[in-house]
Amino acid sequence: MTRWAMVADLRRCVGCQTCTASCRHANATPPGVQWRRVLDIEQGEYPDVKRAFVPVGCQHCDDPPCLDVCPTAATKKRADGIVTIDYDLCIGCAYCAVACPYQARYKSSRPTFAYGRAMANETKRRDDSRLAVATKCTFCVDRIDEGVAKGLKPGIDPEATPACVNACITQALAFGDLDDPDSNVCRLLAENRHFRMHEELGTGPGFYYLWDANESPRGPA
Amino acid sequence: MTYPAQGYGAYGPDPWRQSSWDARAAGNFIGGGMGGGLIAFTVISGAGGIARVALLLAGLALIGLGLFCVSLELGRPLRALNVFRNPRTSWMAREAWTSALLVPACLAAAAGAAGTPWLALLLALLFVYCQARLLQAAKGIPAWREPRLVPLLLVTGLVEGSGVFLVTAPLHDAATMWLLAAFALLVIARAFAWRVYRRRLAGKTSPGALATLDRAGRVLEIAGTLVPLVVVAAIAAGFVAGPSLLPSAAVAGLLAALAGAYFKFMLVTRAGFNQGFALPHLPVRGTRT
Repeated sequence: MTRWAMVADLRRCVGCQTCTASCRHANATPPGVQWRRVLDIEQGEYPDVKRAFVPVGCQHCDDPPCLDVCPTAATKKRADGIVTIDYDLCIGCAYCAVACPYQARYKSSRPTFAYGRAMANETKRRDDSRLAVATKCTFCVDRIDEGVAKGLKPGIDPEATPACVNACITQALAFGDLDDPDSNVCRLLAENRHFRMHEELGTGPGFYYLWDANESPRGPA
Repeated sequence: MTYPAQGYGAYGPDPWRQSSWDARAAGNFIGGGMGGGLIAFTVISGAGGIARVALLLAGLALIGLGLFCVSLELGRPLRALNVFRNPRTSWMAREAWTSALLVPACLAAAAGAAGTPWLALLLALLFVYCQARLLQAAKGIPAWREPRLVPLLLVTGLVEGSGVFLVTAPLHDAATMWLLAAFALLVIARAFAWRVYRRRLAGKTSPGALATLDRAGRVLEIAGTLVPLVVVAAIAAGFVAGPSLLPSAAVAGLLAALAGAYFKFMLVTRAGFNQGFALPHLPVRGTRT
């Protein structure tokens, strides 16, 4: 079996938001819709201030709350763990948006453009099937499927890897198969201390955050 | 965007109010609860003749109004029938199926078909229950996912329905003392359910959501509980009698119904804070090889 998952190393992320830009470019999302966002968090008060950059988006949960609530069965979960939306079935009720604890879902009621009116690229890539329905990160599922069909390895071969991972300038983002003990993500999880967002909710996110080495010379934070 | 750190023992942006569901969605819970409760109370009251027909149809109309409200929120209303596709797991789909079954049951009950009033009662209760579970299944909103919200919404719907029943009391003679007593018991049960829900919610959602709920709760307790109970007590004690009895009962019902509607409006549109993001640990930089 395969279980695709993403790993974000919070020690490496510098908040450049190249992943956000590349996602928007790869998926042609409109202004305000960021399937891959980076939170910029400040903690403490001067002079004792810490800062963290946290990539967020759909966590492709093991037990996605959005899946159960969807009245139309537009939201589906594949055997490889990727949660998808059938835009032709979705009625845009936004039930999934309030069910998602990760604020990963978007609904754009009308076309919006970066400069008010549509630029040539926006006209070319306009997709009205995504209007007024729920949308979210797909883990670039088309790239994965096409890559796998060509015999490529997602997470290793860029052609088969989500755009945000390819674009990351610090290699903070990694993608791979959790069920493959030799995969890059399994190695990272084995070597580092990690957590998942809102783990207490039991959603089983497929998105892991590294925050320290297993054998940190500094000890736990 | 830079977020300040929140103070819940973890690091991350403070929760913010959801913007996916607004007054249109709240209208569904208000109309649905009120309509379902009215149908249930009408059947329980044993009202007959034109009063039964009018009250059952009014209940259906309220439910229809609620569903119409929420249909205005749909991004793709022309595909609305897809809402029936997933009753296996979705409470919204179950709500839709129940409403579809409730219509013929109510019409048959209004026509006087034997046994159908109790079927309508069952389906009306099921409809209100579906609505309660629907909101509680929204895992992204702490104030909604609290399990004690289900009994609160269920009993709130019944109070609103019985309140509307009393509002129409001057138009028919179906309101009796034992129905007034049932109304009073429901009002007390709602206040109790609210207190239990609020107690369970402490520390589980944002201060903004709690402050909003407390404001709505005060309205629920004073205008929606205390005043109606005083009126019912006055009627029971004989202080209110004669021609002013039914109008007084109508005022009590109206206040109880409006307070419940206001509470649900606030719950959906104002108290719907998400839980933001929470990092249990901050990164320890310089430790990755």
